[in-house]
Amino acid sequence: MVSDLMRVSSNPHVRSKVTTGSIMLAVVVALLPAAGFGIFNFGLDALILIVVTVAATVFTEYAYEKLMGKKVTIGDYSAVVTGLLLALNLPSSAPWWIGAVGGVFAILVVKMLFGGLGQNFMNPALAARCFLLISFTSIMTNFDCDTYTGATPLAALKSGESVNVLDMVIGRTAGTIGETSMIAIVIGAGFLILLGVIDLRIPGSYIISFVIFICLFGGHGVDAAYISAHLAGGGLMLGAFFMATDYVTRPITKVGQYVFGILLGILTGIFRIFGPSAEGVSYAIIIGNLLVPLIEKATLPVAFGTKGGKRA
Amino acid sequence: MTNNSKSDSSMERLYNGLVKENPTFVLMLGMCPTLAVTTSAMNGLGMGLTTMVVLALSNMIISLLRNIVPDKVRIPAFIVVIASFVTMVELLLEGFIPALYDALGLYIPLIVVNCIILGRAESYASKNPVIPSLFDGIGMGLGFSFALTCIGAVRELIGAGEIFGFHIMPDAYVPCAIFIMAPGAFFVLAALTAIQNKIRMNGEKKGRDMSKIQSGCNEDCMNCADKGCSHRFYGASDGAGSKNETVKAGGKERE
Repeated sequence: MVSDLMRVSSNPHVRSKVTTGSIMLAVVVALLPAAGFGIFNFGLDALILIVVTVAATVFTEYAYEKLMGKKVTIGDYSAVVTGLLLALNLPSSAPWWIGAVGGVFAILVVKMLFGGLGQNFMNPALAARCFLLISFTSIMTNFDCDTYTGATPLAALKSGESVNVLDMVIGRTAGTIGETSMIAIVIGAGFLILLGVIDLRIPGSYIISFVIFICLFGGHGVDAAYISAHLAGGGLMLGAFFMATDYVTRPITKVGQYVFGILLGILTGIFRIFGPSAEGVSYAIIIGNLLVPLIEKATLPVAFGTKGGKRA
Repeated sequence: MTNNSKSDSSMERLYNGLVKENPTFVLMLGMCPTLAVTTSAMNGLGMGLTTMVVLALSNMIISLLRNIVPDKVRIPAFIVVIASFVTMVELLLEGFIPALYDALGLYIPLIVVNCIILGRAESYASKNPVIPSLFDGIGMGLGFSFALTCIGAVRELIGAGEIFGFHIMPDAYVPCAIFIMAPGAFFVLAALTAIQNKIRMNGEKKGRDMSKIQSGCNEDCMNCADKGCSHRFYGASDGAGSKNETVKAGGKERE
């Protein structure tokens, strides 16, 4: 037997304090402004839903790994991130069990059955949101609560009504718990960018391509109010900064990340403008996730020294 | 070989189709109707029984014709037999059970191309006597019906809170509509197949014989231990061990 000392992994042997746990913890902290604003905006219902959803994801991961005799990985906070993201994507009027069902689905079906963190082919939180949206459509699209009644700003925008963009930027509108406040999301995203956890490649190309798309096909031309309403409304900011940038389900290659972002922008534009519902960020990102292997294959960088190989 | 009598016995054919070689959960055949029509237990059962009737009758006729039909045109001949029975069943359903006819719709004529039926004709009925072939068809059909009813029942229970149209779940239960839509079919099929595999593995642990087919060849060349088999990857497997020699000869003729 070779002793443990002799067993060396392949290089590089750089030591870093950055671990999965520390990155996930940073994401949790970055989501706190949005979550906090959601609780402030929608009251106790939102808090309960967030707690239930996070508890469901963490418990599901723990229970599955215990039952299957695997190493328990709830310490890396990835389940907390999934739960928090899912909760921020739920309307505050949803009953608590929606969060629990969604949390179990996200972790058990989308993440664990495919091999756990790093193996899931789709963002678990978004997959669970779409699962809930298809299963319990009336609950998931009911944004009435104590503070707000009526349509979300995006739905109002789609039906041609005017919306108050300032309220949308601050977040004092109807919507899911975490998506309403553009300011809170951008604060969290700025924190992640400063730490180097995410970069602007995907969110930047996503948002720019989306803006170009709605300028071309939105029917309003280059109208600043219309564009800013589309940017501040719905889950675009939350999706672009926190879900499209998910390490597991985004392309690895830099070119691929730009392609991915542009694809998401176009898909979101198609869903929002031509689709039957007002919002399309979740479906756009999920479809984008499915195309990631293809994007990575197409954008594989050329290995050094092989570029001039156009012989034969 | 003691197996031979066993594999030819009618009860053994039924057990083989229902459990050991269940077309849906073990062989993974006929996935299109399995996924498409199992929105409720009733539809699943209806589809399963319709297929069973066609399967049993076509197996029987094909077995009768097995020495008459030339090898080169056997597939078209099988399809003609199967299509005739499907047309009969379709007209009977339309006449006597119009509700089921409407629910299954396009999937009734598509029974013609259901690979379970052609698969059994090719791998069993065309090589075996009439009675075992008939029971093989009934067994396979029962297995298919059982699987489809299970999938349909689970989907109906979760997706609508009912089984066979009877309200089961308490009123407070909110139906999870995705289960009666297309994705639900995949979730339920995967879960039930996993449970079936678990049962099989437990059976193997206890030393029970859970192998797919009683007779010599299980047609699964990829996982076959007999690497030197002369028919490896060239089909021409035998349904019953006693016909080993003749069938092998027949297989060579085909090539």
